[in-house]
Amino acid sequence: MTITQSLFYFLAFVAIFCSLLVVLAKNPVHSVLYLIITFFAFTGHYILLNAQFVGIVNIIVYAGAIMVLFLFVIMLLNFNEGTETHKPNLVKFAGAITGGLVLVVLVASLQTLQQSNPVKLNNADIGLVKNLGKVLFNEFLLPFEVVSILFLSAMVGAVLLARKENN
Amino acid sequence: MENITQAITLVPINHYILFSTIIFIIGIIGVLTRRNAIIVFMSIELMLNAVNLLLAAFSAYRGDASGQIFVFFIMAVAAAEVAVGLAIIVMTYRNTNSIDINFLNKLKN
Repeated sequence: MTITQSLFYFLAFVAIFCSLLVVLAKNPVHSVLYLIITFFAFTGHYILLNAQFVGIVNIIVYAGAIMVLFLFVIMLLNFNEGTETHKPNLVKFAGAITGGLVLVVLVASLQTLQQSNPVKLNNADIGLVKNLGKVLFNEFLLPFEVVSILFLSAMVGAVLLARKENN
Repeated sequence: MENITQAITLVPINHYILFSTIIFIIGIIGVLTRRNAIIVFMSIELMLNAVNLLLAAFSAYRGDASGQIFVFFIMAVAAAEVAVGLAIIVMTYRNTNSIDINFLNKLKN
């Protein structure tokens, strides 16, 4: 087993373990911290795939911006451990069974595939900023501009929703 | 650069699919079993990240950069979704003093 393989399995284990803890943790702040660890493990996966740009953007956008937003909201609303009411055990059990069944179906359909080839990078600089920028600003120029409109509308919507009503 | 290229050749694509599936299922279970709206949001983020990783893996597998551009767009949509969603949660908390998602079934009246 080479160092790449062991790194892949180690990062996969860390990501699965921490995402389980995200779902299972009682305190929402702990969930956010475990989610940040999960995102760092995902960044490690991106770097293993030689997609450095996506990895760095993952750290900046997810671990940097989105998680800070989550933490701010949790601290603003002042949650404690005891405030959450829990679903009945039957509903929890049914949810876990449903997820497990979806997993079984997907894995079973995966097993019917042929023995898969390893991920081989034919073109090593595919994930670098130069190449991605060329593709983004040639083939995907229109979606890129539409995303800016999406951000504008999201910004207006967030400000409008979070504003205090004056009545 | 050639050393990096040679080093990545050993993990089968099936293992990437399996790993992403497991993370996605954990997100589904989180959405189905928790009542705290913020934890439900975090589970949705987990599912989006699983899809992102699979897109990046297929992008490297096929040698096509479009997959990583899709990851970029999914991150943009996720950021917008989180901003609007957290604003809705704050507004709900201000009006009802709770972020229990079962409390929101009064929307249907």
